[in-house]
Amino acid sequence: MTEVLLTRISEPEAWRIDRYKELGGYEALAKALKSMTPEEVAEEVKTSEIRGRGGAGFPTGVKWGFLPDVYPRYLVINADEGEPGTFKDRELIEFDPHQLVEGTIIAAYALKVNWSAIYIRGEMVLGAARLENAVRDAYGAGYLGKNILGTEFDLDIVVHRGAGAYICGEETALLSSLEGQRGEPRLKPPFPAVEGLYAKPTIVNNVETISAVPHIVNKGGAWYASLGTEKSRGTKIFSLSGHVNRPGNYEVELGTTFRSLIDDYGLGVRGGNKLKAVIPGGASSVWFVEEDLDTPLDFDAIAAAGSMLGSGAVIVMDETTCAVRAAARLVKFFSHESCGQCTPCREGCAWMYKILTRIEEGAGRSEDLDLLLSVGSGITPALKTEGRMAMSEVLPYTTICVLGPSAVTAMAAPLRLFREEFEEHIRLGACPKAAGTGITTQDRKASRG
Amino acid sequence: MSFSAENRRIADRIVAQYPQSESAVLPLLHLAQSQDGWLSPDGMREVAEILGLEPAQVFSVASFYTMYLREPAGKKIISVCNNISCMLQGSDELLERIEHRLGSKCGHSTSGGEVYLEEVECLAACGGAPCLQVDGEYFENVTIEAADSIVDSAMRGERPEGGKGLPSDFYSEPLGAPSIPEGLGANEGEGS
Repeated sequence: MTEVLLTRISEPEAWRIDRYKELGGYEALAKALKSMTPEEVAEEVKTSEIRGRGGAGFPTGVKWGFLPDVYPRYLVINADEGEPGTFKDRELIEFDPHQLVEGTIIAAYALKVNWSAIYIRGEMVLGAARLENAVRDAYGAGYLGKNILGTEFDLDIVVHRGAGAYICGEETALLSSLEGQRGEPRLKPPFPAVEGLYAKPTIVNNVETISAVPHIVNKGGAWYASLGTEKSRGTKIFSLSGHVNRPGNYEVELGTTFRSLIDDYGLGVRGGNKLKAVIPGGASSVWFVEEDLDTPLDFDAIAAAGSMLGSGAVIVMDETTCAVRAAARLVKFFSHESCGQCTPCREGCAWMYKILTRIEEGAGRSEDLDLLLSVGSGITPALKTEGRMAMSEVLPYTTICVLGPSAVTAMAAPLRLFREEFEEHIRLGACPKAAGTGITTQDRKASRG
Repeated sequence: MSFSAENRRIADRIVAQYPQSESAVLPLLHLAQSQDGWLSPDGMREVAEILGLEPAQVFSVASFYTMYLREPAGKKIISVCNNISCMLQGSDELLERIEHRLGSKCGHSTSGGEVYLEEVECLAACGGAPCLQVDGEYFENVTIEAADSIVDSAMRGERPEGGKGLPSDFYSEPLGAPSIPEGLGANEGEGS
């Protein structure tokens, strides 16, 4: 394990400003503001080659470079962590909120921003309180407000709580929500860097990305770039959940394999069971199976294998898992969270969920599998009907954002991997794994020891 | 409803934090809900009035977000995650058990109004699946026995034991209070 962002997580009360400072906190801020120009800070981030940790993997330094010379401009931190299986940002915020606040101040300095918001999920009440108090303490210490650390740099940070809408994790929906509207995504372009919050240039960065900034400033972009692989630099936190013996957040150098993550960190599949499938990068990603496990955790390697690194949520399913039930649950989520703007998504997700549910409940019809793929192709016309699915099939799509296409992946990836299992449900008129996961929570506790 | 004098003062400070006042819709709706336990039509009208918006706009925004309770709910709220990682660890069985123990179905309050039970999407606590929240406090690795105890405490109006903590355990300022301490804002007086 190579811990950069998680170094302070196990330290008692590292969320308190005095503890954070004892552990080296706010040294990077002083270094940046007192000995570097904004351009020099931005250059270090560019040198680090860090790629956005929210899901898309776009190089952060390049994104920062897209800002036109227009003011005011804004920095918005995306802490609306909602991709099923992802729980890294919540831990970063609850246990080390000042790391994020310090990163935000440094990034705002580099971007010449004087107002920034941290948009956090409404459900994370303790995390939001930790952040609000971290921000207040940072004001009290002179790290925020006017003339920060005696320089000409001014910055306000506002912690903004969402209110229960997955779609607000999509950056343009997040900006709509932050403007006090329904969280509906907007067509891109214009990208937020050009026309974002209040139609002004806006950078939207993920919590994990910005939490890395103090470390990049302290140790240098070249140091950060020396970690990881050639195209995927640095460390990344992977949220490991599902049927493993030791679920949790693990920070590793990019390039570590899925097998190592599951076996060395997660201590293997629970109960010595056989692996059925892995959802490698959040609910929106194409499923992997045993033969894919030697793929390195690297943006491009995972893309070459047909899926995506996404948010770093790795969900493990053992042989007792019903593929239909899992697919139905994922699609239910997308159906519930569709903002409703685009008909193919609003109607298509709901239809896919209804069809998957009737198959799982034993009322499936022989034409249902073709019908599912047909509904999916209404959202992603290039969707194929056979063979293993690849993420590239969701391009192009008929919707404003990628929520609808994500639901297609959640339906089609398992259907095409385990088609016989879907057919068996229809033939039997029942789920062959009738007990679903086949466990109770008590059994699970016992198997974990 | 009407904001208390103290909450009205907090509301004005919240509005002043934003470059444009409409951005305060969500935080003011949270404030209204925290005062009354739910978001009444009068509460939404008052938020609209403070921000100079049409009430219909605020109603429309409030209806988009699942955390806003647009009718009175039980005194305590149990929110059970039903998403994939929790499902793999038995959340369906957990939800059934809780419904049985409460004697009321998901999406409803108990007959005496003690507890409102809801299913929610991924709570970002998948490493501790199955998880649930009681009034926003996380409970992880919830066993059947733990669920029974959580339900019994909630029905008695007590805070269940074994949770991961609430803001009030650590901080004096209520959740959602302004981030910027009075007099320290860099952009003070520059909002719309």
